[in-house]
Amino acid sequence: MSDTRSDEGRAPNDLLLAVARGGDRAAFSALFRHFAPRLKAYLTRLGAEGALADELVQEVMLTVWRRAGDFDPAQASAATWIFTIARNRRIDGLRREARPEIDPSDPALVPGAPEAADRAIETSQDTARLHAAIAGLPGEQSELLRLAYYEDQPHSAIAERTGLPLGTVKSRLRLALGRLRRTLVDE
Amino acid sequence: MPSHHPSEEMLMDYAAGSLAEAPALLVATHLALCPECRHRVSAFEALGGVLLEELSPAPLGAEALDAVLARLDDPAALEPPPRTPRATVTAAPATPPRPAPLLPEPLRSYAGGDPDTIAWRRVIGGIEEHVLPVARTDFKACLYRIAPGVVVPRHTHGRSEMLLVLEGAVRDRGMRFGRGDVSFADGGIDHSPAAEPERPCICLAVLDGPLRLTGPIGRWLNRFVKL
Ligand SMILES: [Zn+2]
Repeated sequence: MSDTRSDEGRAPNDLLLAVARGGDRAAFSALFRHFAPRLKAYLTRLGAEGALADELVQEVMLTVWRRAGDFDPAQASAATWIFTIARNRRIDGLRREARPEIDPSDPALVPGAPEAADRAIETSQDTARLHAAIAGLPGEQSELLRLAYYEDQPHSAIAERTGLPLGTVKSRLRLALGRLRRTLVDE
Repeated sequence: MPSHHPSEEMLMDYAAGSLAEAPALLVATHLALCPECRHRVSAFEALGGVLLEELSPAPLGAEALDAVLARLDDPAALEPPPRTPRATVTAAPATPPRPAPLLPEPLRSYAGGDPDTIAWRRVIGGIEEHVLPVARTDFKACLYRIAPGVVVPRHTHGRSEMLLVLEGAVRDRGMRFGRGDVSFADGGIDHSPAAEPERPCICLAVLDGPLRLTGPIGRWLNRFVKL
């Protein structure tokens, strides 16, 4: 019991690494308690109802358990890594489409510059900056960003839902992205 | 490195998972050729992670965690195999070091091979196509092989046309598009892209909505071809 309690306070990255290293069930349970309700909110907003949302959440968390060994804190935070699993599961499970993706081992892939050794620290700093940058956006812009991540036909659906002309949606999104750009890309 | 990239909104939609399969195929194939855009997409995925953290939690049934814990070691609960495009990949002959394929993944699997091994259908003089299997019918995804110097008849679009050049180069509206470059033509644009005269051009086209030829010859051709 005391184990579980101390796990709740650990950072998601550490929990996920503990799962990857030794199949740590207490760490996995803590990850589940943190992420499963957020995944359910995410999948519900994307149209999964009731039991289907719960089933998809279970599948995402099972994938987290099985693929934990692929998690690389230098590439992404635990939340980002879990987000990409949930995103792929909803494309497959809710929209019934394939998600075309690069193959990192493809000889035709043009390689990028090698990552710096301290990339894991940078990644966690990026995450903190992103939280702050989103909090600093005007409400209408941060709401549009959320809709862009939680709608299937993003721009036209946003226009419909907000009653704004499509051009206004696009220019507001562009404004929001402009404000995030320094955090997202340039730093 | 490419100099014409997909728009930032399109990269964001790809990262968010809201782009339909056909444009996502074009974006992913560009990503294979463009480390810069791969970096941008990672940043948009990080934004997705942050937004996931910020969502108000929705309660799950009390037994949800136990149900998952009970399935952790269940080999039957393995996730479904990833959906693969319907075209089958021709097995590579077991010959020692070959040059990198022309088409990067994921496009190569959709096409079923490289341009010299796949079937082409003549559209009009100097233009051949190879249609790619994508889930939705409101998009068309295909490879075009355009003979050197051939000009695509003037046309406008019901909605939009995206091209990703894979070999050779296209000139359109005063710009040059080479390998990895993305050209985007919105609904109202009346244009006639042309392959450079030196060599054939191979490109991936994603069409959203019907395409209409607008020149006098084009109007006549409309009755016969569906580009
Ligand atoms: Zn690019």
